Amino acid sequence: MSRNGPLALAFHALFVSFILAPILIVCAVAFTPEGFLSLPTRGLSLRWFRAILDYPEFIRAFRDSVWLAALSSTVAIGLAVPAALGIVRYRFPGREAMTALFMSPLMVPHVVLGIAFLRFFSQIGLSGTFLGLVLSHVIVILPFALRLVLAASYGMDQRIEHAAVSLGANAATVFRRVTLPLILPGVVSGWMLAFINSFDEVTMTVFIASPSTTTLPVRMFLYIQDNIDPLVTSVSACLIAMTGVVMILLDRLYGLDRLFLGGGKA
Amino acid sequence: MTAGSARLAPYLLTGPALLVCLCLLLAPLGATVLLSFYDWGQYKGIVEEFTLKNWVEVVSDSYFLEVFLRTLRIALAVTVLSMLLGIPEAYILNRMSPPWRGIFLLIVIGPLLISVVARTLGWALLLGSTGILNQGLISLGLLKTPVEFMFSETGVIIALTHVLVPFMILSVWASLQRLDPQVENAAISLGATPSAVLRRVVLPQVVPGILSGAVIVFALAASAFATPAIIGGRRLKVAATLAYDEFLNTLNWPLGAVVATLLLIALVVAVVTSNRMIERRYAQVFE
Repeated sequence: MSRNGPLALAFHALFVSFILAPILIVCAVAFTPEGFLSLPTRGLSLRWFRAILDYPEFIRAFRDSVWLAALSSTVAIGLAVPAALGIVRYRFPGREAMTALFMSPLMVPHVVLGIAFLRFFSQIGLSGTFLGLVLSHVIVILPFALRLVLAASYGMDQRIEHAAVSLGANAATVFRRVTLPLILPGVVSGWMLAFINSFDEVTMTVFIASPSTTTLPVRMFLYIQDNIDPLVTSVSACLIAMTGVVMILLDRLYGLDRLFLGGGKA
Repeated sequence: MTAGSARLAPYLLTGPALLVCLCLLLAPLGATVLLSFYDWGQYKGIVEEFTLKNWVEVVSDSYFLEVFLRTLRIALAVTVLSMLLGIPEAYILNRMSPPWRGIFLLIVIGPLLISVVARTLGWALLLGSTGILNQGLISLGLLKTPVEFMFSETGVIIALTHVLVPFMILSVWASLQRLDPQVENAAISLGATPSAVLRRVVLPQVVPGILSGAVIVFALAASAFATPAIIGGRRLKVAATLAYDEFLNTLNWPLGAVVATLLLIALVVAVVTSNRMIERRYAQVFE
């Protein structure tokens, strides 16, 4: 295979700086010792990280975000595993239409979903509730969970299950001891991808969150709309650091490109 | 397993997800389309009477046309920029040797997992009139007075390209992975120059990947919310921020529902037709 020429490497260097610049600048400004936005030229300071502790709205929003993401991705995976097995194992009328329906939230703009849920929840009395947030997030992240579980289920050799059945295992045992362990990497990665997508979601959530139940990205978004100060950069820096850890975990566990492309032969 | 339960099994397995999608996806979307035909007044609120006046207002008012045209302009610019940056970058990544390839792939695609708000905040810091970009351009002597990138279309386009270019890279990367390197080697052994190999062997095979990447980037750029809201500010409206305003500031929900319905229809039509075209034109690649 031929190597990249100097021109290609120069382009690559520029591109990587373009990608990293805004992320690094947020992290750099977070360490400023000044009371205003600036690069930390007079030494580093943690004062803006300590300032987060005095701003309970961010802490509370972070806690709500974690709960919301954990709950909604668990529900989504709970729906996705049986659905994927049904789609992979059986040929039945409506199979294609159903798969398309399950994947369709990917195609609906989140701003439209936000509006739809705002109207819908205010009609059925769920507006501003945590339950409403969970339900709406389940819809948005279902495609991510389903895609990875589908890929894992397609890749599984069904004869192993047949062997278990022929050896006298009942359906529940087969699922628990054979099927689930085999598709587990897909299930775990699907859950994590769903978690991150729920945790990062801002466009739809900004419509349906209420001041009392809101998520971290929405809180940050509303804060930035008013003014940008070093406090929000230190919150972002924490968020970036945490995402970085999850990113490396996911890359080790599943491979980042496979994760986004759906993996396997789906 | 009896024949009857085997027929029922797939529906039992997919049933819960189906129920959730019907109740929580199709019903709310249907209710929104319905809402766009309801009457609204400053004091009377939403009145459940069929009227076309919201649609007439959106279609006839030049303000809405301007917003939709701006949205289209931004989305097209972001798509073109993403292609110009993403296609060569994916190609370069593909030619790297293993350790570097994995590391740079992580750096280039990883930002997709970072909150859009955090990434856009970075651009707000870079682009402001006292921002790093202006200071850099001035110290290099390229600029005399700072240019205000914030609250401008240029700023929105730059930031959105940064947010969305990883999707283009992923898509091109995937089709590069499917290439058989032997075909390239065959072309070289037959005397093709490197540029001829790139132009006549590699590029034609990755066109479907480029096009489907472009569709994704366009759809996401046209419906982007947080980035145009932060970088564009309150003045520079796009379709998504316009709908947000109608819903949460003006409180004219039916009018916002018209904007949302238009956006939804426009995007679904654009995505479905272009995917159809790509699949038909390049059917052999998708076997």
